[in-house]
Amino acid sequence: MYTSADLRKGLKITLDNEPYLITSFDFTKPGKGQALYRTKMKNMITGSTLDRTYRSGETFEPASLEDRVMTYLYKEDTHYTFMDSQTFEQVSMDESALGESKFFLIDNMQVDVLLFREKAIGVNLPNFVNLRVANTEPWAKGDTSGSDSKPATTETGYVLRVPPFIEEGELIVIDTRTGEYSTRVKG
Amino acid sequence: MASSSGSRKKNALLARARILSVIRTFFEERGFLQVETPCRIPAPAPEPFIDALPSQEWYLQTSPELAMKRLLAAGHEKIFQICRCWREGERGRLHLPEFTILEWYRAGADYTHLMSDCEELLRSVAAAVPGSSRLTFQGIRVDLGLPAIRLSVREAFCRYTNMTADEALDRDCFDELMAAEIEPHLGVGLPVILYDYPTPRGALARKKSDDPTLAERFELYLCGVELANAFSELTDPTEQLERFQLDREERRNAGKDPYPLPQPFLNDLVLMPPSAGIALGIDRLVMLLLDVPTIDDVVAFTPEEL
Repeated sequence: MYTSADLRKGLKITLDNEPYLITSFDFTKPGKGQALYRTKMKNMITGSTLDRTYRSGETFEPASLEDRVMTYLYKEDTHYTFMDSQTFEQVSMDESALGESKFFLIDNMQVDVLLFREKAIGVNLPNFVNLRVANTEPWAKGDTSGSDSKPATTETGYVLRVPPFIEEGELIVIDTRTGEYSTRVKG
Repeated sequence: MASSSGSRKKNALLARARILSVIRTFFEERGFLQVETPCRIPAPAPEPFIDALPSQEWYLQTSPELAMKRLLAAGHEKIFQICRCWREGERGRLHLPEFTILEWYRAGADYTHLMSDCEELLRSVAAAVPGSSRLTFQGIRVDLGLPAIRLSVREAFCRYTNMTADEALDRDCFDELMAAEIEPHLGVGLPVILYDYPTPRGALARKKSDDPTLAERFELYLCGVELANAFSELTDPTEQLERFQLDREERRNAGKDPYPLPQPFLNDLVLMPPSAGIALGIDRLVMLLLDVPTIDDVVAFTPEEL
C-alpha cells in the first residue's frame, strides 16, 4: 500500500479497479491548513486523464503491471491476439487499447505486452518497424508543385507522408515513437 | 555538476545573502532588535496541521513564535529573528522540511501595522535584488511599488468559488478551495493581503472586537505564492489555553501525538502587551525575487542532496 506521502510523478496506482499513472504531482499546504497532495493522472487502459487531490494519510493500492514478451499472431474483427512464446498462453486486446500501435503490428512480431491483472492493456513496440507501401501516387518527374513529400498508405492501413521517390510495393522503415517515415529499406 | 546549474545555484546563493543583509538592515534601521531563541524546544505550538520533528525527548521548532512572544512579555517592544525551522513531511516545489523563517513582532500594534511593514519590506528588498519593484515570477507579473490589494477571506470565497467561507468550513473543503480556486489568483499584478479568517482558521490570532466570528489574521501573497502569515496576537491566557486544548484534541483525533502544553509561555501570556507578529518564508521570497521555479534552487543543499 502507498500512502499520500508516497505520491509522486511516475507512480502507478489502482483506482476503481483500473491502473493509473501519475503524470503530475504537487504538494501544497494553504496557510496553516492541511497538507494537500494534488495529482493529475492518466488511465493506463483508456488514456483518459483526471485531476485528484488527496489529504494526508490516504492509502492507495499499487498498480502491479507486468511486461511480457509476446508474439503477435493475428487480428480478428477488432481484436488482436498475442502469444507468450514460453507458456504458449494467448491474450487478446481490442484495437481501442492499442491506439496507433495497431498499424505497426506485423505477423509474428515480438512485442512487449503490458498486463494489468492478467489483462492485456497495451504494447511496447520496437522503435522501428518495416512496412510495405500498399498505395501511393507515382512520382511524376518534373513535378513543379515543390512538395517534398506525398501521402502513402501502408499494408496495415496506416497513412503517412513519404518522400516523392517512394513507390508502391517498396518496404519503408517507420519510427513507431513518432509515427514518421524514417528511411527506405534497400534491397 | 552541469556548469549552467552550478552557476545558477551560485548566483542564487549570492542573491540570497544580499537579501538577508537587506532584511537585517531594514529592521535595524527601524529600531528592531535582532534576537535568537532556542531551536530545540520541549513543546511546539499545538497546531493541528503542522508536525514537529522529535529531537530526543524534545522537538525542533516549527516556528520561533512562542519564544518570541515571551520576549514581548519580558518587555521587548520590536524584535525580529531569522532562523531555521523544521516541519515533518513537507516537501514540494514550495516546501522543504528544513527552511528559513523571518519573524518580527511589534508591541502596541495590530495586524494593520504589519501590512504596512510587508509593503515597505518588499519594496526595500526588491530595490536591492533584482533592482526593480516590478517582478516577474514564472510568467506572472507583480508590482511591489504600489500598495497591496486588501481582500478579506469572505470576499475571496465570494469572488473565486461557488460557496461562502463558512459553507466551505461546514463542508470540510476550505483548504481544497483555497489551494485550487483562490490562491492562484492572489498576487497577480499587485501583492494581495488576504485578511480576516473565520475564527476556526484563526490559529493564534485574536478575534475581532466587533465580529467574534473572525480572527485578525492575514496572509501575504505574491504571484499565487503564500509568503507570510500574520496575527494580531491573542493575549488572553484563558482563551489561548482553550484553543491549545482544542488543537491538541484535533491532533489526537487525527491519530497524532499531542504535544505537551507550553506552560511557561501560557504563564508569560499574562504579561504580554497587545502585539502583532508575522512569519515570512525567506526561501520563497528569494524564489520570487530571482524568478526560479522551485525552492530547491535557492538553498545550498536539499535533503535529497545530503
